[in-house]
Amino acid sequence: MQFTNFPLAPPSASNFSQEYDVLFYTLTGLTVFFTLVVSVAVIFFAIRYRQGTKADRSRPMYENLFLELTWTIVPLVLGLVMFYFGTSLYVKMRTPPRNSTEIFVIGKQWMWHVQHGNGVRENNTLHVPVGQPVKLTMISQDVLHAFYIPAFRVQEHVVPGRYTQLWFTATQAGEYHLFCNMYCGTQHSEMGGKVVAMPPKEFAEWLANGGQSVAPMSMEQAGAKLFNKVGCNNCHGAEDTLRAPSLNGIFGKRRVFADGTSLIADEEYMRSSILRPYDHITAGYGQTMPVYEGQLTEEDVLNLVAYMKVMGTSSPNPPTSNINRHSGPSAVSGSNEATSLAANAAQWNTADPDATPTRRVGSPAVGAVAAQGRNR
Amino acid sequence: MAAIPNPMEHGHDHGHGHEPGLQHQYEDMAQQSETYIVGMWSFLVSEVMFFGALFLIYTLYRWNYQVDFYIAHEHLDVKLGAINTTVLLFSSFTMVMAVQSAQLKERIRVMGYLAATVLCACTFLVIKYFEYKSKFADHLYPGVSFADDAVKAFGPHALENGHVAVNMNHAQLFYGLYFGMTGLHAVHIIVGIGILLSLIRLWYNRAKTVIHDYVPTEMVGLYWHFVDLVWIFLFPLFYLMPIPR
Amino acid sequence: MSSTGKVTGELQHQPQTEEVNYLNNGHTIASWLLTGDHKRIAMLYLISTTFFFFLGSLAAGLVRFELTSPAGVVLESETYNKVFSSHGILMIFTFLVVAIPAIFGNFLIPLMIGARDLAFPRLNLASWYMFMTGGILILIGFIAGGVDTGWTFYTPYSSMYSNTQVSLVLVGVFIGGFSSITTGVNFVATIHKMRAPGMTWFRLPLFVWAMYATSLLLILGTPVVAITLLLVVFERLFKLPIFSPELGGDPVLFQHLFWFYSHPAVYIMILPAFGVISELIANFSRKRIFGYHFVAFSSIAIAGLGFLVWGHHMFVSSQSMYESVVFSLISFLVAVPSAIKIFNWTTTMYKGNVRLQSPMLFAIFFLLIFTVGGLTGLYLGCIGTDVHLTATYFVVAHFHYVMVGGTMLGFLGALHYWWPKMTGRLYSENIARATAYIVFVGFNLTFFPQFILGWMGMPRRYHYYYFAPEFQAYHIMSSLGASVLGLGFILPAFYLTMSLINGKKAGPNPWQAHGLEWETSSPPPTANFLETPIVMDEVYDFDPVSEHQQNMADLEKREASDNDGNMPIEDHD
Repeated sequence: MQFTNFPLAPPSASNFSQEYDVLFYTLTGLTVFFTLVVSVAVIFFAIRYRQGTKADRSRPMYENLFLELTWTIVPLVLGLVMFYFGTSLYVKMRTPPRNSTEIFVIGKQWMWHVQHGNGVRENNTLHVPVGQPVKLTMISQDVLHAFYIPAFRVQEHVVPGRYTQLWFTATQAGEYHLFCNMYCGTQHSEMGGKVVAMPPKEFAEWLANGGQSVAPMSMEQAGAKLFNKVGCNNCHGAEDTLRAPSLNGIFGKRRVFADGTSLIADEEYMRSSILRPYDHITAGYGQTMPVYEGQLTEEDVLNLVAYMKVMGTSSPNPPTSNINRHSGPSAVSGSNEATSLAANAAQWNTADPDATPTRRVGSPAVGAVAAQGRNR
Repeated sequence: MAAIPNPMEHGHDHGHGHEPGLQHQYEDMAQQSETYIVGMWSFLVSEVMFFGALFLIYTLYRWNYQVDFYIAHEHLDVKLGAINTTVLLFSSFTMVMAVQSAQLKERIRVMGYLAATVLCACTFLVIKYFEYKSKFADHLYPGVSFADDAVKAFGPHALENGHVAVNMNHAQLFYGLYFGMTGLHAVHIIVGIGILLSLIRLWYNRAKTVIHDYVPTEMVGLYWHFVDLVWIFLFPLFYLMPIPR
Repeated sequence: MSSTGKVTGELQHQPQTEEVNYLNNGHTIASWLLTGDHKRIAMLYLISTTFFFFLGSLAAGLVRFELTSPAGVVLESETYNKVFSSHGILMIFTFLVVAIPAIFGNFLIPLMIGARDLAFPRLNLASWYMFMTGGILILIGFIAGGVDTGWTFYTPYSSMYSNTQVSLVLVGVFIGGFSSITTGVNFVATIHKMRAPGMTWFRLPLFVWAMYATSLLLILGTPVVAITLLLVVFERLFKLPIFSPELGGDPVLFQHLFWFYSHPAVYIMILPAFGVISELIANFSRKRIFGYHFVAFSSIAIAGLGFLVWGHHMFVSSQSMYESVVFSLISFLVAVPSAIKIFNWTTTMYKGNVRLQSPMLFAIFFLLIFTVGGLTGLYLGCIGTDVHLTATYFVVAHFHYVMVGGTMLGFLGALHYWWPKMTGRLYSENIARATAYIVFVGFNLTFFPQFILGWMGMPRRYHYYYFAPEFQAYHIMSSLGASVLGLGFILPAFYLTMSLINGKKAGPNPWQAHGLEWETSSPPPTANFLETPIVMDEVYDFDPVSEHQQNMADLEKREASDNDGNMPIEDHD
């Protein structure tokens, strides 16, 4: 669009937008019209009747009831017409349909918590389906806020101590601004986010996937995918080959190296043999494996390691790995997530000067590794 | 030009050729008196709006929390309130008598009635002091710890079945409004006492502003009647609540 | 002047040498700080409100500077919030509400009605002291840390959450409010009872009608906000549970009480400017205001209806649908009297003898800008459209159009028109005219882009907008405009001050205007008039037909004196 730097209107993405825009542009037309009338008259009179011009000033007009009544009644009637249409739009905005999808919003300094009916939560983002009325029921935990979606033309205060509502039907998929529009303190301007309108099918999938675009994969599944993607499967097959040994069932077994030393294949070993394969070359093989250091994130490595632990097993339910990510549908069965994370964390706490800083946040061990990396 | 000579510009002093007690901006006493009356009524209208907002807030909250307000109000001393009402009504009477004596230019009587008005006002304040004191003793004043401290005051209603039967927030609201409104009223009484004392002093010193013109005294009377009228509304609203259905 | 049976522009029997006037009648500080003279009190207000205005403008400049970049420039958000709050508080409570009434109302009402002073001179002085006390307390509050609640002080943020100097500033606003109330009482009593003989209501200048309507609002509205703000202080200090839900109170109740005053307050700010514009257009079109009665009564109608529309600030506040509909309907009604005024003023210029001197330029620009400002109010009174626009930059643009483009232009017009009367000096007309153009251009550059910003959804009171970089272009335009506007506001400080030092002495009536204030010397003597006038005709008794004939005869002479940039030499008509 040629006006990308100077946009002149917000997106129109809800059932109200069209009627709203008609009202808005009608008011704009009236404003422009009356401003022109007054401006032209004032400037014209200022020039034509400027002191010293020859214009006719006989029979000056001091009052004229007809004129007064005209320019009282005409604006009044125009105003009442605008009032009528504005009120009817407003009444629609305040009357949510019975079949509206209900979503709940809690505002607090300085973020939005959104909760969908099936329990999916999101912060500072609101996913909604296109074409289906959505009703938001909102309350504040502290001070006044306001939930404002310019593209949908809707807004309502979010009040502590009572519920307020607003509703809309998104008509166009896309991402739109969400703003807090009632001053609420220091970070008022940063208390916003996005409204994501999705076609109904995608929305249903999103909702069913616990708020993810695709069903979250387990680490083993992610690792399997990556295993194929970066080409490990080209060399590491089900059986040992000339090029590479098989990795099936490697976890926990002793591995003998070309120089006679050996190690139990634990996560540490598996990680280093991905990133720096020549630290320990398996007996009977040479320097053929490419070095993956710098090409994989720690998250990738963890996923690969998780996959490698179950490679070759044909169990439909792969055993839960010790390292488990918090994800909706896949539950950590039997193990306390915190302790499993902590247990694995201990391994990563050994100072490794070559460890690449990780991007994963939240896990204390990983953060420690990252810190060590920065202190290198 | 058609004009009237301006006494100020011709160097006349205040009293020369004019009525004593006439301020320089007025043409004659009639204009001065009428202006004083318009001024005082305008001021009283603003006071009505001032108290009116508080009465509105009180009305809204009492409408919503009738039971809690009723229970909370039971701790107000109706007897003392009634005595105060009588005292103030009597003080309005003495004030009217003072104004009448001013109209009759009876200086001693004016001072006497004004003094009686001051006495009534002071009595009102003393009784108010005792009322407030007992409320403070029972911790019935708004503050951070109202909920804990004031529970004991609600006697048989408190701690029914382990729960307090009155909403402490609403009770605190009641006492907040009580102190706010009666306190604001008391401030007006204190200011009124100051004005009355100044007026007595003016009469005592035979000041021109009051000796020759009763209107200033009448204006003070207007103010005093307004203060009395506010109390006439406060008393039944706070002290004489009917039992809610 | 013909209002008293003469057509002369000069008062007889008055020597032009240094006569005793209100300015030189006593030189001690005490004679100024303990004065009862309404004209001196007006000058005291002029100095103090100008001071507060400049402080508020500095805050505005800082806000516009910050907004040039989506992630701010030099301020943290907490500071930014305090800066915009102080801009609003200073501009509204210490400038807009006060300036025209307290300066020009005080100075002119007794003169315009032919009185020696206001009804209650000592109360008038007390008003100024209350204003100064309040203003100084507010400034102390700002120096001690400021407030970050916005000038609207919404609860529960202001009463329970903000860790800023809310109580101190609110007490300052509370005390300053009494200044408004007492001024209103003074004006009502004066206008009712102290008009000169023959000055009936319908012979009054329209400025006096406007001030009367304003005074009704001051008396009825201010006490409500005073007690409301005091209750916020009590909620902060004593945890009085009035407005905070945690304590059982109602935050929306605060909004009702606050806007019950603050909507009439905007009419307090604009009605005096309307009065000024009536005077300017009549005197610089040299013609009676068209539809005098309609203009007079429209002021009263605005004052009355203005008390019934406060809920249009609360359409999305969770108030009931029915409340909103009623407030919207009455809001459309209250727009009509303002429209009537605009049409009447425009028609006044028809077949007049228009002089485009600087006060008239301000008046003309007022007509252009206020029309836009008033019409954009309709978007906000119409609930359907308000839902999207409320609390965005659209509202900011609307109220700056009516407050700056309206009240401020009225203030500047009044300042330029009555400066010779108040100070006895003439200023440079050329620079003044240039200033009017600079202000007009700068103003529109600053605030028109904000309509677009608001329509696109940019909320107000936002420090950052890095998540919406599409807004930046308009913010930059607006800030550029603000620089121009700032220049326009600073210039008068210079040339008006210079006029005090080396400006030509003004005679009693340098504009050949009509009105009792022009029938006494410039500056007036302390008692205003040597002789109390008796009024025999209405104030705007121009005769455009005969003036036109005279103009045709004097055509060359007029062109010569207009071209050299000075004000016309005083004419003895």
